[in-house]
Amino acid sequence: MKQRLLIVEPSELIIEGLKSILEGQIRFKVLEPEMNPEHLEERILASRPDIVLINPTMITNPAKLRGDRPIALVALVYQYVERDVLKGYDSMVDIRDSRAVIIETLAQASPGETGQSVTNYELTNRETAVLIELAQGKTNKEIADALNVSIHTVISHRKNITHKTGIKSVAGLTVYAMLNNLIDESSLL
Amino acid sequence: MNNKRLFTGEARLSDLITAHPSLLSIITRLGVPLGFGDRSIADVCETSGVDTAFFLLICNVYTFTGYVPSTATILGTDMTGLVPYLERSHKYYAGKRLPHIECHLDAIAAKLGGRIGQVFISFFKEYKRDVEAHFLHEEKDVFPHIRMLMQGKIDTSYSIRDFLQNHSDIEGKLDDLLNIIFKYLPPQDDDDNVLDVVDDILRLSGDLKKHTLIEEKIMVPMVQHLENAILS
Repeated sequence: MKQRLLIVEPSELIIEGLKSILEGQIRFKVLEPEMNPEHLEERILASRPDIVLINPTMITNPAKLRGDRPIALVALVYQYVERDVLKGYDSMVDIRDSRAVIIETLAQASPGETGQSVTNYELTNRETAVLIELAQGKTNKEIADALNVSIHTVISHRKNITHKTGIKSVAGLTVYAMLNNLIDESSLL
Repeated sequence: MNNKRLFTGEARLSDLITAHPSLLSIITRLGVPLGFGDRSIADVCETSGVDTAFFLLICNVYTFTGYVPSTATILGTDMTGLVPYLERSHKYYAGKRLPHIECHLDAIAAKLGGRIGQVFISFFKEYKRDVEAHFLHEEKDVFPHIRMLMQGKIDTSYSIRDFLQNHSDIEGKLDDLLNIIFKYLPPQDDDDNVLDVVDDILRLSGDLKKHTLIEEKIMVPMVQHLENAILS
């Protein structure tokens, strides 16, 4: 299921950059971004996001924003911020992060990422992240580095991907990734 | 595996085919043409110049899941027909089945269109090149080696052990293709092409699995025996 992502950020430049990074990512549905923090609560009520990626300088009380809704709050930071400021957020995206790390952080933040049942044949966000790297021709080592995990973890994800899709070869998984809009032609080598 | 269920030479060839129609393409590759009437397997084999025991061995491998003839059976059978059979099978796969499947896939790719269509069809073309290279290696290096051994000669620069080490899996990507086609392709207005090609791929994949089994479990032990017999 697609995660509904709401970007709350005053800079149009940053918004457009994020949109371009997330474009074609089947896991996310990017909602109309919010540049004005004033009516944020109403906006969240109305658009029911799963993930809110928000510049922490725009609000003072993230806990209040969340209320008891199952929303993942991800802080979008430009530079070093005080630890206290980040309290109340589930995770953090730094605008200097690479494309892969930004996607991965948002995927990990998604509510519902935990407690996957064994009968669920949808790829988890982690597995999808590995698949995307794989389809771009990267080696296990390169994928491990890009996603900041061990090679062992990458191999275990690859096993799960093959088990779920029934596809073993990298060439076959690339076709799969394209058919599912996980990658577009520009990301192919 | 109950050996009683395996075919014998006294059975009518037509009964064998009625029970297992997929053997029809195998028997022609074994050198037995159609039009065999109601004659027994042994009779038809004799007029076609095919060793009956060898004919039955291959038919049994194709028909009974998990059946692998014992080394004693292999060594006790006239295997002169093996290399010609494998060569004809290569021709059948590369010259007939793969181009036929490619035709269907070309049509599907054209409907998909754009870059996805291209990636889809190039996946198959890459597979086809792999298979052709795989066959070519066997025809250039392995089969001549076996032919020499059967004449009692040996070229020690090649050993069948090299074969097993490099024998790559040629069915795996077909299974990938199947999964992609029936699980992940967007539905098309006319699915006939897709259904046809799934049928074709399933048949080819099953055939290739048996082909690999014949090479690895029958050809290799036979060649190892010949190599040892000549070298000792």
